[in-house]
Amino acid sequence: MANDVTLTIDGTQLTVPAGTLIVDAAREIGIDIPVFCYHPKMEPVGMCRMCLVEVGRPVIDRTSGQPVVDDAGNPSLQFGPKLETACTTPVSQGMVVIGMSDKVKGARNDVLEFLLTSHPLDCPICDKGGECPLQNLTMGFGKGTSRFDFDDKKHNDKHVPLGDLIYLDRERCIQCGRCVRFQKDIADDPVIGFYQRGRNMEIITNSEPGFDSIFSGNTSDICPVGALTTADFRFGARPWELKSATSICNHCPVGCNLTYNTRREAKSGGKIVIKRAMPRQNEAVNEIWLCDKGRFGYHFTESAERLLTPLIRQDGELVPSSWEDAIDLAAWKLRPHGLNFVALANGRLSNEDLYTLKELSDNLHGNACLYSSMAGGDLAAQVGFTSPDGLSKIGKGTTILVAAADLHEEAPIWWLQVKNAVKRGAKLIVLNARATRLDKFAAAIIRYRYGREADSILSLIKGAENAGESGRMIAEADDLLVIYGSDGLGLSGSKQVSSACAELLVKSGKLGRPGTGLLAVWQHANDQGAWDIGFRPVEDMGKVIAAADGIYIAGADPAGDNPVYAAALKAARFIIVQEQFLTATAELADIVFPVQTIIERDGTYTNGMRRVQRFMPVLEKPSGPRPDYLVTAQVRQRVVHSNLESVSASQGFMIMAAHLKDYQGLTYAKLMETIPQHPIMGRSDLYYGGTAYDNRQGLGVQLSNAAARHEQLRLVEADTMENELPDLEHMEELLAVPVRVLYDSGTITKSSRLLEKRIHTPFICLHPKTAEQKEMASGDRVMIQVNKTDYLVTVKLDDSVPTLHVLVPNSLGIPMEKPILVKVHR
Amino acid sequence: MANGVYEMMRGLWQTFKSAWTKPITIQYPEEKRMVSKRFRGRHVLKRYNNGLEKCIGCSLCAAACPADAIFVESSEQTDDIRFSPGERYASTYEINYLRCIFCGLCEDACPTEAIILEDNYELSFENRESAIYTKDFLLEAVTEPNQPTPQKVQPGVYTRSVPVMQDPGE
Repeated sequence: MANDVTLTIDGTQLTVPAGTLIVDAAREIGIDIPVFCYHPKMEPVGMCRMCLVEVGRPVIDRTSGQPVVDDAGNPSLQFGPKLETACTTPVSQGMVVIGMSDKVKGARNDVLEFLLTSHPLDCPICDKGGECPLQNLTMGFGKGTSRFDFDDKKHNDKHVPLGDLIYLDRERCIQCGRCVRFQKDIADDPVIGFYQRGRNMEIITNSEPGFDSIFSGNTSDICPVGALTTADFRFGARPWELKSATSICNHCPVGCNLTYNTRREAKSGGKIVIKRAMPRQNEAVNEIWLCDKGRFGYHFTESAERLLTPLIRQDGELVPSSWEDAIDLAAWKLRPHGLNFVALANGRLSNEDLYTLKELSDNLHGNACLYSSMAGGDLAAQVGFTSPDGLSKIGKGTTILVAAADLHEEAPIWWLQVKNAVKRGAKLIVLNARATRLDKFAAAIIRYRYGREADSILSLIKGAENAGESGRMIAEADDLLVIYGSDGLGLSGSKQVSSACAELLVKSGKLGRPGTGLLAVWQHANDQGAWDIGFRPVEDMGKVIAAADGIYIAGADPAGDNPVYAAALKAARFIIVQEQFLTATAELADIVFPVQTIIERDGTYTNGMRRVQRFMPVLEKPSGPRPDYLVTAQVRQRVVHSNLESVSASQGFMIMAAHLKDYQGLTYAKLMETIPQHPIMGRSDLYYGGTAYDNRQGLGVQLSNAAARHEQLRLVEADTMENELPDLEHMEELLAVPVRVLYDSGTITKSSRLLEKRIHTPFICLHPKTAEQKEMASGDRVMIQVNKTDYLVTVKLDDSVPTLHVLVPNSLGIPMEKPILVKVHR
Repeated sequence: MANGVYEMMRGLWQTFKSAWTKPITIQYPEEKRMVSKRFRGRHVLKRYNNGLEKCIGCSLCAAACPADAIFVESSEQTDDIRFSPGERYASTYEINYLRCIFCGLCEDACPTEAIILEDNYELSFENRESAIYTKDFLLEAVTEPNQPTPQKVQPGVYTRSVPVMQDPGE
């Protein structure tokens, strides 16, 4: 390529694209130039001076413009009088870099001597000890002695909680600014900063509550010393004592790659427990980042209230039973011909579980329902986004449309990646009825009235009258990425939005390119997988439940979420529940099967981008619970006298892959394949990218779709009929619309003692004018009446909320599946 | 024949001679023999003069142990419930004496000189479980007038886990 330059580093010649920094170029040929402040995901600053190298450039004859050659015919080189920082110097043609001369070694020696003047000898108790860049580089390049006066050592505070999740040790900080830069440039939460100067410089937090960011945990990963440690892992164990296990975060549809570190612990009664969650590099999914919910939200695994034996109802009471009896009873009850069977599954189940349940449902000619209020999984399977790099490489030439989604709360890592794509040159259009945190980065913001989402999207189509600036941005882009969520939508609204998004994509004429497509911000980790397998959400779930003769609920808790469903369940004839805990739904069941959590078993998830990823067992299996797929398969075996096919997850997956077109040819072995990722991270050189783990357990497989294969699409025409909107002006009621918050009170978040403080108390959001009209002020405790039940909530004011509307976060105890009229009163 | 008598007399002489020398046997266990200064017996977890434990739960002994005999688990502590100086202390400390080979590498690895292989060689157990010595057993007894751990101490005094570094030049 014309833009490539050839240079020599430590005697090895290599060719890299122009503009590459010396430090990155050196990594390509396996030469590690030590760094502290440089991080490949951030702009270089050249603060720590650790990466000093000798740089020689060819001498160019001024008259001819040709390189000057010496007598032997070699180009003559000119070395600068001083060393240069490899992290800020881009490569140039013919450059010669010397990274291991005595001069360079001397400089590194001196830099380390300075850094260590006030660094405490804390390594024995430091959480970073054993995986510490400063420790490693001191062993590699340090002198071993210091010329400084020992009495001059500065002693600072060692125990400074920056927030409730991150602790700062001021003595250990080497002021590289990685954390400050991460929060400012990558997370866009500049809540920490430098204070004072020189040797007095320290990191402080300027937010209330302290370190108020949902990405705070990442700073402890990239901190090159033990200055920032997490409250979770604080003094928990030494890094070398930990075992690693591969997993996938199941909190949201991003599907972040994780490594859980485990250890057998006396404190926990000799059980193996998870000590910390660390990111595993996957540039197509989460790069090397994790949100705090994923990092600290694994404590649900420690809950003592697990179900361990099957329960069956006898004389109105749930009593423990043997597996054999419970399975036989379930099969007996499901056997009658012509039974109205409903399978209700949560998108938190793995593909194997869902497929087995779908098979059972099909055998019984049942209705396979997905416990979700979002639509469009069939569209995502046809026109979905299939870029092999995920969102991490999107930049110039792409227009991103985010419709009806609050990405920051719904899928934090996608928010971060969309925002960084804008920084790289992508154009962003945000379409929402209210302000979200993405507005700041948008080239165009489109506001609509709740209920007019689909019309608003369709108006962007080329040729439409009011397409305007946004329409032009879409038309001129090479690629169009459309992300839609469920902000303010119920299932019918979601259907309209998803088909409008699909239509926009089709009409744009860009389909077929991997960077163009649809991306749904699902409510659960595996909703997309459930759609692919054939589960569909239903409009009036209460009715469907009440009409069922036999209902098989896996992983969902409708009774706990909504009193209407609880009443409907009481009307259902026979209920089988597969659960980890005795939920409100399980309490109403006739048979309860205890199941294993995802960290006790293996399986796969299909993330929102339709990347199939594998998770593996992390902890020992408790005796009693079985994996979901096995329970369902055993019931199915008795019902239809089939072979017991799904005795292992991998077998279950193979059967599924054989039957689903897009999954054909996939095996567990394929999901575990890896390719080299750039930037190169997670090797023994922790100083380069932080403590994110190298991904050796598989990057997953991105599914292809109909648009990518240029097949005929089967899309439904978008519903352009204008919804009838209530005339709120002349009504006493307000229109309540459901929104989602990151720290909700779902069973999984609730059991994390660290995140407990962050879970919102139930609240509603009003426009100040509406609040004034209702004589309410910010912070007031008021009642909201939903389906004739009153709920106590706190009022929050937000002037971006449309007047006469009230935003109600779901999963905080108030059942909200679609926009409804509610009364708000004192 | 004469040779046989000679041999027998020689043996008897030996017995006679020994009867008048000081015996090398001692009345164990009432009486105990001094061990050499460099003897490596059972481990003892030492205390500072004020009664605080020297062990800070850093696990370096466990890392150095070639027989994997040591198990350490640490926790965070405060000035109100203080076991050792600094923020970290060993909440669990166990040595499995069926594994220990008394090599002394743990002693070398310890940054606070908390673990010392002392002169106790009297180790006996009836089962595998009792071969695992726990922290309360390994920890040195408190001497008067000091308090046992945990102690409630003056805030902000014991902030450093590892004793303040001395200038090697001095």
